[in-house]
Amino acid sequence: MILGLVSVCTPLGDSCLSRGMTRLPPISLAHPSTLIAAVFTPWVALGIAFLICFFASYLTALSWADLTYILPATAMGNVFVELLSRFWLHETISLQRWLGVVLITVGVGFVARGPSLTVKPAAEGPALADKAEPAALKEHAL
Amino acid sequence: MTFPVVQPGFWFATAVIAAVVLCSTVGEVLTAAAMKSIGDLDEIRAHSGMKGAIRAVVTCPLFFAGLIFLALAFFSLLFTLNHLNLSLAGPATASLTLVTNAIAGKFFLKENVDRRRWTAAVLVCVGVYFLAH
Repeated sequence: MILGLVSVCTPLGDSCLSRGMTRLPPISLAHPSTLIAAVFTPWVALGIAFLICFFASYLTALSWADLTYILPATAMGNVFVELLSRFWLHETISLQRWLGVVLITVGVGFVARGPSLTVKPAAEGPALADKAEPAALKEHAL
Repeated sequence: MTFPVVQPGFWFATAVIAAVVLCSTVGEVLTAAAMKSIGDLDEIRAHSGMKGAIRAVVTCPLFFAGLIFLALAFFSLLFTLNHLNLSLAGPATASLTLVTNAIAGKFFLKENVDRRRWTAAVLVCVGVYFLAH
């Protein structure tokens, strides 16, 4: 569920940010304060709310799994966007995009079948090995 | 009212995307190191409640270092989205960050980035590229 929240909140947040930022006039590096003002526009604020949800879930996931496990696993967000576009917005998805969906799904399947946490054989090994078990259990519970 | 996005030059686009990827990678590696040093948040929450879990996170200096870089990445992304389309900036930053994080995870966090994880990162990168074109 935690990885699902990370996957869903990221594309929703990015879409809101994009919508908000393209409604603003072009921002110059000479006036960086306009970037701060952009944070308070409705679409950017909504995007930030989604990204706060993402960040809380992401931090929780990072506390029991490797970074190199979480990042590919949460790429399913891209697939959710494509599926929403096809079945909710009834958009036409090209063959190339379906291929992208398949590749991401296979990639996520690859990483999800492996261990979520690196078990180090050094002195700290037993402690990490103990943690690997609940992490794996959390994954199977999804 | 929506302002038209004027497509900038190749080097400008490369520079702003590189800035997002660099800040994002440094921020994520520092945050991951902080969360590893704190321990399982679910266990901390079970023992000390939500306040204890929040206290454990906000009292970790490494977390704030990561947060600063993630904030820089966020404002770089806002700037990028103001100049580039989401269809270019989104997949480009997402897929490049995956690769740079895999490299940084291996060398800085000493994670076991085995063939399975490399394959997954490459498949996701190619998949994101296909989705964007």
